[in-house]
Amino acid sequence: MLILTCPNCGIAADETELHADGQAHITRHGAGASDDDLEEYLFMRNNPKGVHFERWRHVYGCGKWFHAARCTMTLEVFGTYPAQTLEPPKDLVAKIKKKRPDWEGFVK
Amino acid sequence: MSTRIQTGGRHLDRSKQVHFNWAGKQLTGYGGDTLASALLANGELLVGRSFKYHRARGLIASGAEEPNALVGLGTGAKFEPNQRATTTELFDGLVAKPQNAWPSLAFDVGAINKMMSRFFPAGFYYKTFIHPRFAWKHLFEPIIRKAAGLGAAPTEKDVDRYEYFYAHVDVLIIGGGIAGLASALAAGQAGASVLLVEQTAHFGGRAVVDGVDIDDEPAEIWVEETLAALREMPNVTIRNRTMGAGVYDHGYATVYERINDHLPEMITDHAPNMDAPRHRLWRVRAGRIVTATGAIERPLSFAGNDIPGVMLAGAVRDYLVNYGASVGDRVVIATNNDDAYRSAIALVEAGLDVPVILDARTTADGELPTLAREIGIRVETGKAISSVKGNKHVTGVGICSQAGEGAELEEIKCDAVAMSGGWSPVVHLWSHCGGKLNWDADQSMFRPDPNRPPLGYDGAGFVHVAGTANGYLDAAGVMEDAIKIGKLAAKETGHKPKATKVPSTFSAPENPIEPIWQMPQGMSRKLQMKTFLDYQNDVKVSDVRLAAQEGYQSVEHTKRYTTLGMATDQGKLSNINGLAILADSLNAEIPAVGTTTFRPPYQPISMGAIAGDARGELFKPIRQSPMHHWIDTNGGFWEPVADWRRPYCFQQNGESVGDAVTREILNTRQNVGLLDASTLGKIIVKGPDAGKFLDMMYTNMMSTLKVGRCRYGLMCTENGFLSDDGVVARIDDETFLCHTTSGGSDRIHAWMEEWLQTEWWDWNVYTANVTEQYAQIAVVGPNARKVLEKIGGMDVSADALPFMAFKDGELGGIKARPYRISFSGELSYEIAVPASQGQAFWDMCMEAGAEFGIQPYGTECLHVMRAEKGFIMIGDETDGTVIPQDLGLSWAVSKKKDDFLGKRAQQRSHMVDPKRWRLVGLKSVEPNEVIPDGAYAIDGTVRDNGVKHMIGRITSSYFSPTLNHAIAMGLVENGPERMGDIIDFPTTDGRVIKAEICDPVFLDPEGTRQNV
Repeated sequence: MLILTCPNCGIAADETELHADGQAHITRHGAGASDDDLEEYLFMRNNPKGVHFERWRHVYGCGKWFHAARCTMTLEVFGTYPAQTLEPPKDLVAKIKKKRPDWEGFVK
Repeated sequence: MSTRIQTGGRHLDRSKQVHFNWAGKQLTGYGGDTLASALLANGELLVGRSFKYHRARGLIASGAEEPNALVGLGTGAKFEPNQRATTTELFDGLVAKPQNAWPSLAFDVGAINKMMSRFFPAGFYYKTFIHPRFAWKHLFEPIIRKAAGLGAAPTEKDVDRYEYFYAHVDVLIIGGGIAGLASALAAGQAGASVLLVEQTAHFGGRAVVDGVDIDDEPAEIWVEETLAALREMPNVTIRNRTMGAGVYDHGYATVYERINDHLPEMITDHAPNMDAPRHRLWRVRAGRIVTATGAIERPLSFAGNDIPGVMLAGAVRDYLVNYGASVGDRVVIATNNDDAYRSAIALVEAGLDVPVILDARTTADGELPTLAREIGIRVETGKAISSVKGNKHVTGVGICSQAGEGAELEEIKCDAVAMSGGWSPVVHLWSHCGGKLNWDADQSMFRPDPNRPPLGYDGAGFVHVAGTANGYLDAAGVMEDAIKIGKLAAKETGHKPKATKVPSTFSAPENPIEPIWQMPQGMSRKLQMKTFLDYQNDVKVSDVRLAAQEGYQSVEHTKRYTTLGMATDQGKLSNINGLAILADSLNAEIPAVGTTTFRPPYQPISMGAIAGDARGELFKPIRQSPMHHWIDTNGGFWEPVADWRRPYCFQQNGESVGDAVTREILNTRQNVGLLDASTLGKIIVKGPDAGKFLDMMYTNMMSTLKVGRCRYGLMCTENGFLSDDGVVARIDDETFLCHTTSGGSDRIHAWMEEWLQTEWWDWNVYTANVTEQYAQIAVVGPNARKVLEKIGGMDVSADALPFMAFKDGELGGIKARPYRISFSGELSYEIAVPASQGQAFWDMCMEAGAEFGIQPYGTECLHVMRAEKGFIMIGDETDGTVIPQDLGLSWAVSKKKDDFLGKRAQQRSHMVDPKRWRLVGLKSVEPNEVIPDGAYAIDGTVRDNGVKHMIGRITSSYFSPTLNHAIAMGLVENGPERMGDIIDFPTTDGRVIKAEICDPVFLDPEGTRQNV
């Protein structure tokens, strides 16, 4: 059972307090979008073996959504940050890069 | 014959006789016995029948790894199948019975399978029952099902109590042998909070049995002193009878504590002074986990290695030293290592006969073999067992050369065999969460690779392995490793380890093991077929070789094909033997074949412990409306609706459910009905951008709604499919109250929050789920206004409160907000009052309404009335694939708005396809024939794949007492263009129901009843 620290309330929360909701930083394509953009938005997701950025909600806690950077292989958590952003914080990306030199970097 | 000997038995209290019942026989043991040791002491060697061939089986082991001695324990509500005799402590009044044997253990009809074993090779079921196809379902499967299954399921409800325990510690140490104790002491002295658990009743592990000396005294003294020291430490918690069951992500572990399984009073009745639960499942979050779980001895693979009387050499020693019980008077030893000589020496010292030690190695000249020879034991090197003689018990062994093919050189009479194929570290807990193993060729074992541990959230390894589990078979190595690991775990959890002296630890040195995977080396196929690897599932050397021959290369596939290691013991004894045989068959190295995956729990744990307190009312607590109790005591017939209970109907004077529903519908349509609508979700959406936000959430325009007015709205997912519906009321300029379905309140509130927090976080909107703050009561029917006027307090006239309006005021002195909305087509007020006033207002309505014929009604009446009006129900007309346009709700989908959730997806080609099934009403041609819910319509054509072509399906179906006619709603291809057509609905019993396509609004399409 994972532990993720909620960036809003600071609690190191057990996975049972949280709700996972897949890949983070997805661009919404609404009215007027092309078929390709719509498909990308609705259906296409990364499935990396390694560094992944995910959406989580501290559902049985403060109720806030946040993002987590996590290794899907080793379950190492590189960091968590508030959901109100379009991309991961630069210092977090640098931290991951340092730990995983082979990582291609954040790709939207 | 196995018996109790006069001396020995570290755990025994010979002054205390313990009476128990085995297979209907009254037997006696001593205090401190396990069921297994007591059976052995009573000469009960035969303890079970194997699963597949029903072979007679005896005890093989002395601990958790025992595959054979599974018994049914207790009676009635205390009965539990598949309990291990070796881990069951004896108590007065214990009742146990054997499993898999009919009519009795000694004479078992199923043993005929044994005669047939030539015909039951690996994959037998797959190969045999594949043809003819029909026979599987009707002939083979029922017979196999009857024969399958281990033990019998209890028939009564478990009367015992179970609970969870939550703990956070720096260091969890699993295993209370000298390694676990030394690690705990080192970590405890460093100041770390420590939880030390030991699965048996006793600490000290093998060291206290095997004659290890610590600081020049027997290990037992060091164990007692260390335990005493640990108990003095406030930061150390110690639990025996507590097993580390599973290791999970990020330092999470489950620990299984058997609190009173060994206490007789808990079995016979619930003693009031014993308030503890039976089992406790600890859910531990540890900074570091140290597994000091020791090792398990491997059997040797020789023909007849499963005949009762053949036992692991270490187990023979355990029974002798711990319980003063001997497996036999003349015990032949078969080994490939020095450790088994300890058993030989212990047997001779206890006055028993060891006719020969068969050592498969070519030389045996270490300290222990030398000692064995000195005390007069015959030692034969390079020799093996060609076969064990006997059927229900050992009568002798044939001796052969290990290097040969099994030609018998000599037969030796004996009544037991002690075997040792070496030791396998217990790496299960290390491996549960991904810890990797290395093959140690020198010691012929898999041992943990400290460089590839399971990782915690911080990327650091969180499991360490200490002592024998880490691959150290000598006591001095164990002690040094354990102290080092204990200190490391403390350091890594932020503590400062103290400099301590490693106790001088001594055990007799041992020469290297020689890997022996089958005995003799070139055993014939005939011998392979009598050589068991997995005792519980009857998997033999021949089965694994056959699997390899048939092309199985992966150990995981071989496991499933042969069922090797799939029994309840999870292959603890002989998985390594099995994969070594597989490697040999494939001409591969053992590490290249690898191990199967280790999965939690380490040993089976009780279902009760897994459930904990979550039983009965606590299994899933239900939500209750403020009128729940009144409904319960006034004939309410409950049905589950999401987490709520709602009354399906109110039964009066012994009437049937169906009659009650009919009465409620007619009464509501003719007089007035009262509905508890409190379960409807109520979400306040507030802020300067609230209207803009709701325009995105709903398909229709909400920002234009006038204060004081209501509007029915639809919500869709981004895929365009309907997800929820409800009435939105505008409270003031910046405040809306959104009603959701009963099941949708939490989900929709979360949905709104998700968009506000993750997409439009710059919009100034706040939400609050106030579902349980209000009781909502619907007063429905032609007399509804009269009831409210009689209660009085505010003007509820058509002018003051027109249809689709609401007003804040007071009714009968209670703060109230009546909404003029109708889900029935009748004149209707849904009145929200504070939850605490709900029952009072309900009572007021019942009292005031008495003269107008008021009666409460339930959810089925609500459903029928809404279907009569053609109103959709989320979950009936929708199933996650339906868009508003399918349901004739295009009027509620804004064409003016730039965007809303689902708008773009609804424009996809398939969504605008005119052939999509669309909502219509359906009237059965035969007025009383109600079409089954979910029935499909067909047009008589057949598709390419031979299936009847379907053109629609029923989404709601009822008998309408108002119209005295069966009515239904359904989605039909081109339905709205086919008014008046008659279509066919075949039923599962072979009939065809004919129905006419019609407008889904069956009653009062002009709305004259509601708009008064």
